Amino acid sequence: MLSIKNLQAKVEDKLILKGIDLQVNAGEVHAIMGPNGSGKSSLASVLAGRESYEVTCGDVTFDGKNLLDLSPEDRAREGLFLAFQYPIEIPGVSNINFLRTALNEIRAYHNEPPIEAKEFLRLTREKQKLVEFDAKLTNRSLNEGFSGGEKKRNEIFQLAMLNPKLSILDETDSGLDIDALRIVSNGVNKLRSDKNAFIVITHYQRLLDYIVPDFVHVLYDGKIVKSGTKELALELEERGYDWIKEPVTSESV
Amino acid sequence: MANKSTDILEEYSDKEYEFGFVTDIEMEVAPKGLSEETIHFISAKKEEPAWLLEWRLKGYHSFLKQPAPTWQNFELPAVDFQDISYYAAPKSKAKYKSLDEVDPELISTFEKLGIPLSEQKLLAGVAVDAVFDSVSVATTYKETLKEQGIIFCSISEAVKEHPELVQKYLGSVVPYSDNLYASLNAAAFSDGSFVYIPKGVRCPMELSTYFRINTENTGQFERTLIIADEGSYVSYLEGCTAPKRDENQLHAAVVELIALENAEIKYSTVQNWYPGDKEGNGGIYNFVTKRGICKGAHSKISWTQVETGSAITWKYPSVILQGDYSSGEFYSVAVTKNKQIADTGTKMFHIGKQTKSRIISKGISAGEGQNSYRGLVQVGSKAEQARNFTQCDSLLIGDRCGAHTFPYIESKNKTATIEHEATTSKIGEDQIFYLNQRGIDTEKAVALIVNGYAKEVLNQLPMEFAVEAQKLLSISLEGSVG
Repeated sequence: MLSIKNLQAKVEDKLILKGIDLQVNAGEVHAIMGPNGSGKSSLASVLAGRESYEVTCGDVTFDGKNLLDLSPEDRAREGLFLAFQYPIEIPGVSNINFLRTALNEIRAYHNEPPIEAKEFLRLTREKQKLVEFDAKLTNRSLNEGFSGGEKKRNEIFQLAMLNPKLSILDETDSGLDIDALRIVSNGVNKLRSDKNAFIVITHYQRLLDYIVPDFVHVLYDGKIVKSGTKELALELEERGYDWIKEPVTSESV
Repeated sequence: MANKSTDILEEYSDKEYEFGFVTDIEMEVAPKGLSEETIHFISAKKEEPAWLLEWRLKGYHSFLKQPAPTWQNFELPAVDFQDISYYAAPKSKAKYKSLDEVDPELISTFEKLGIPLSEQKLLAGVAVDAVFDSVSVATTYKETLKEQGIIFCSISEAVKEHPELVQKYLGSVVPYSDNLYASLNAAAFSDGSFVYIPKGVRCPMELSTYFRINTENTGQFERTLIIADEGSYVSYLEGCTAPKRDENQLHAAVVELIALENAEIKYSTVQNWYPGDKEGNGGIYNFVTKRGICKGAHSKISWTQVETGSAITWKYPSVILQGDYSSGEFYSVAVTKNKQIADTGTKMFHIGKQTKSRIISKGISAGEGQNSYRGLVQVGSKAEQARNFTQCDSLLIGDRCGAHTFPYIESKNKTATIEHEATTSKIGEDQIFYLNQRGIDTEKAVALIVNGYAKEVLNQLPMEFAVEAQKLLSISLEGSVG
């Protein structure tokens, strides 16, 4: 589904990603871990097409298309979803109106007619229930006055509504209490299928107790320095990141 | 990151003004220039009574004596008043008995503008008075309204049919000497709408006037007079467009509203005059005086305006809160892009006790547009417990536009409560990226953000016009964000 080869990217002349290789297939959940500043969120931003990042080298293929050639909105329409670490607020725009616009834009891209009001309502109700999203929040302005946890849950609700092929969860667990973490994880687990894939970016092993990954990768200094299965996450939890850093440092010397 | 954000908000190509076509129709146009002779000509054309001619002439003499205002926050272009024609009317018939007699070319013009005049095709519940250059072309639903005693017609017709009402109220809120442009209007006003709602009647439909400037080198000087008698209610909407022309055209209208005891007038404007091109050539100078008086106790006047057009918009719909417990409201969205200028706001004069006013102003500036809010809240010595709430917000798109706020507060009563809030924000790269990431392109993202920002004002508009206004806002800003 997603194939990343030697991806390098910079921000304001500073190289942030220094050659990422990653293969994600349908039905898989990949966890990306790593210390602060290792490039985890940058990877998410580059894949989503944030303008401030400049790709200097490498290829990314998404479902047979060259992802890097697509505009951010076309990447979304092709089925790439980013659950933001810091979801932004848009005053006066109702959550529901925003979602309908988004859904219809994606449908139009695939030459489908706009969703009918009744069907949209049904879908909204179904997905609200699935991810335990408070119906009251659906009609409020997009993220305006939402608590940190509510914003994160709204990301998962949007994910459920838009039904993307590949979802990137950028530290969705940060700032969540244990109940919210459980609800968010349950939502993701219910949405998992053999047709879609997830990249879960996190600091903590805790999230991976709930969303069990097929693969775990450790990102450090702009590179994936270690890959393994979920046991790797446990090992990281126990030993911290320092032992991971060693080999890179010696290599780069 | 920061250096890219300006790129994102940089220019785009200009969206064409949709209503810029010209209708080819034979017109009768008065020779250019304003003189006593022209006024006699207009008055005679309209078969006006002597008192009105006299009033016009007073306006003319007051116009000659007044200097142009100097306090505005923009460079006032020199308007050559002698280079304007003050009367232009479709030649065919002076007066139409029914729509069948109206030139089909005219009907199709209004249809192109989305204003069908044939009554059966109209949106249920909207009566329309269509003004083409200087003359009212058609008023729909007149008969239906008449059954309830409601008068809705062109002001020329009202002068003939209801002279007592016109003579009593014309100039009672905006005197002929009020300001340069109001004097000009008094001298040369050509047509406009007249509304009278009798005691205790709730007008069953939206009343609407649609203004269209068509002929070159003409000014449009319409005059609207709305009287809501005791305990009545009316909601009124005006819309306007003009062809694209390279030279500027002057629109100097006057609107007077009178609300008697317990009456309510809701006046909404969707202003879409031609704004000029990207370089600032052409466009309408929209210099308008709008004022209402809450004459009776517990009366209410509410102004809502969505201003997207005109090269320069210069207007301050105001309310004189004379009746005790009366209230005034002003809701405004003003958009300026390219080289457009808007200097707009309101004046609330609290005279009666327990009077209330509420001002919500939302300015949106893009391109090199300049947007000023200018407002006055004045509380008189007898206005016990008067209350005002003002909120002016500015939204900036890009880094070459400007937003300015000039609030004036004068209170002569210690029991008054006056609140003022102001914010300035920019459409952020992050907001746009967030919406992009959900499959929404940048143009639509901006439209969504802007409509959200203006929602509080748009909500005040009658339903079908709110939808129009939303579209208009999106279209107006198309191309202003990259």
